Amino acid sequence: MLDHLPALQVVVPLMSAPIIVLLRRPGAAWLISTLASFVAFAIAVALALRVAETGTVSYAMGSWPPPWGIEYRVDALSAFMLVLVAGVAALVMPYARRSVAAEVAEHQAYLFYAMYCLCVAGLLGMTITGDLFNVFVFLEISSLSTYVLIALGRGRRALLAAFQYLIVGTIGATFYVIGIGLLYLVTGSLNFADVAQRLAGIGELRPVLAALAFITVGLGLKLALFPLHQWLPNAYAFAPSVVTTFLAATATKVSVYVLVRFYFLVFAPSQALEGVPVGGVLIALSAAAIVAMSLVAVFQPDLKRMFAYSSVAQIGYVTLGLGIANEAALTGSLAHLVNHGVTKSALFLLVGGIVLRGGDASFASLAGLGQRMPWTSFGIGVAGLSLIGVPATAGFTSKWYLIAGAAEQGSWWIVALVVAGSLIAVAYVWRFVEAAYLAQPPAGAAAGEPPLSMRASEAVAVALCVVLGLVTAFNIGFARRAVGLLLGGAG
Amino acid sequence: MGHYAYFVAIFLMVAGLYVTVARGNLVKKLIGLSIFQTSVYLLYIAPGKLIGATAPIVAPQYATYSNPLPHVLILTAIVVGVATLALGLALVVRIREAYGTVEEDQILAEDERRDADA
Amino acid sequence: MKNDLVLRVVAKLFTPFVLLFALYVQFHGELGPGGGFQAGVIVAAAVILYAIVFGLPAARRLVPDAIVESMMAIGVLIYAGVGVAGLLLGGAYLDYFVLDRDPVHGQERGIFWVEIGVAITVSSVMLKIFAMFASRGHDPDE
Repeated sequence: MLDHLPALQVVVPLMSAPIIVLLRRPGAAWLISTLASFVAFAIAVALALRVAETGTVSYAMGSWPPPWGIEYRVDALSAFMLVLVAGVAALVMPYARRSVAAEVAEHQAYLFYAMYCLCVAGLLGMTITGDLFNVFVFLEISSLSTYVLIALGRGRRALLAAFQYLIVGTIGATFYVIGIGLLYLVTGSLNFADVAQRLAGIGELRPVLAALAFITVGLGLKLALFPLHQWLPNAYAFAPSVVTTFLAATATKVSVYVLVRFYFLVFAPSQALEGVPVGGVLIALSAAAIVAMSLVAVFQPDLKRMFAYSSVAQIGYVTLGLGIANEAALTGSLAHLVNHGVTKSALFLLVGGIVLRGGDASFASLAGLGQRMPWTSFGIGVAGLSLIGVPATAGFTSKWYLIAGAAEQGSWWIVALVVAGSLIAVAYVWRFVEAAYLAQPPAGAAAGEPPLSMRASEAVAVALCVVLGLVTAFNIGFARRAVGLLLGGAG
Repeated sequence: MGHYAYFVAIFLMVAGLYVTVARGNLVKKLIGLSIFQTSVYLLYIAPGKLIGATAPIVAPQYATYSNPLPHVLILTAIVVGVATLALGLALVVRIREAYGTVEEDQILAEDERRDADA
Repeated sequence: MKNDLVLRVVAKLFTPFVLLFALYVQFHGELGPGGGFQAGVIVAAAVILYAIVFGLPAARRLVPDAIVESMMAIGVLIYAGVGVAGLLLGGAYLDYFVLDRDPVHGQERGIFWVEIGVAITVSSVMLKIFAMFASRGHDPDE
């Protein structure tokens, strides 16, 4: 059975969804999706250990050997992402029981969990598959379930947010299909490794350039690359808390991962990228994202929206490293996927707790939160430090590598930019501290922490923010291995 | 066959995208989106066809076969397109029930009015 | 529309033949054009025709909502179950070769069940989509 772990990684959450629909009970639905996500996490860890030991694992779906059949491929890079996605999926499940019960109507709860399982399966599938078109199929599985999950949020604005995301997300996915269609026309293959091999022999070719452009824009829409991020703040702000957490920590990250695969493992060996300023464009957009979106975040009236804009800025750091593309910067980028994922899940989980108790998370309702919800406020403070990138937190390690990468290249303005971005992050985190600790709570305001099951998830996430800053074996260690794979493939 | 299939595909692509972006009516946006997706089906199917070739079912009187893979891929894409359209329309129905309109600018104005009241 | 005699008779007469045609498309799928997806849509079309002529409540008595929703899940489970069967018989996931002693027969058997799963899910999803839209906004019986 151990040989089949790559297939089971996707099949377990995928099959849980119809079982949940058959059972219909909210309690059973929660139990099954919790089991599924923990099993998926265990499989991801087992796969990661196997990859670390014996190298890339390849699995032929239906025993049709690649490149004819669909190949599931677990290498240093995808193993790393699988652990992140499945880990966050498992992390939020204990929290989900109470939070979903409070935010989603009871007769829809089982549909929520079914959609959640599909979304997890889609993201894991995008990560693990070695087939270009299969990526699209899983991308749409995860996207369609995401639209539904967002629309299940409270209030009618969730509907419009979901609709806008549906339009933008479908355009993005369709652009991606156009891109891989062009690649298929040129190479006659849909397998990542095979396409890369065939492209290597081809000189500069216009369809390949067009494919590069379509894939970049399509995935850029999905990963909220500035200025294609317009859908994200509303989607995050109006979705149920569990969904916001899971999406912020994984969905955009998986799209970044697919983009990384294309840039470094498909296009880099060919001459397609020569003379095309992909890195320069990415750096410019990332710089704009970091500064502009951090500034916008400072002026948001609501904690959820603030952290949503901050997410766009943080993705800027990741794409910045991809643009610089030397060893240190790439390590920083990949590690930032995990660090930011963990930090944002901690923040959104805690904010979800505030929403559960207070009804919303606008700054007006945060006054004196430090006294009313001491635990939650402290947690947001710690995770906020990680968001800023204070030493001994997770956020520091990845930014350190980014700065090292920029300095290595002599781009001092990028170093200044990263520091400036962090300073603006200080400003918005400070807004929370000011409201929570320096203002007096209004009389009769709701008090009390969220239930224990929710606090357990929050505690683990907040602890990870610190632990990943002190013990860097997972984030930096794995990122280094993955970068070795990426740059080795290029050379 | 020349390139005319591609011209048609590109025309549909741009037209669909334009409708999606330029129209404020949510239903029209979805129609534009569907046209846009359809153009991609054409982009895949057209190159798979060989003139004089037949469906890839082995028979003694045929020697050349069209490539079936694009069709299979596009069958998947069509299913995805149907699901997207159904979900999009379901959301429009819910939006219409909640706001009483399917015009984007009126919905946004309504939201802003609410914000101003609050 | 249920007061129109011509429509009522034609719809009643047509429905069994449409369903029969769906079965033909389903089981001819391995020899020629056809398959579970097309057959599922045709099955759904038969019920939708019935619903349009006799009203949604009548169609819902014919095919209750709970059955439609369960069928959506069961079809997916059949499809995924074929994959798991391949696993348990010692092949890879979705490996049809191991489903029979003769690998070619195994392929045939695998695709047969997969197409059944597809037909069940597609027909029920189509019905569900139709019922969801048709029951919104106004009384469907009018």
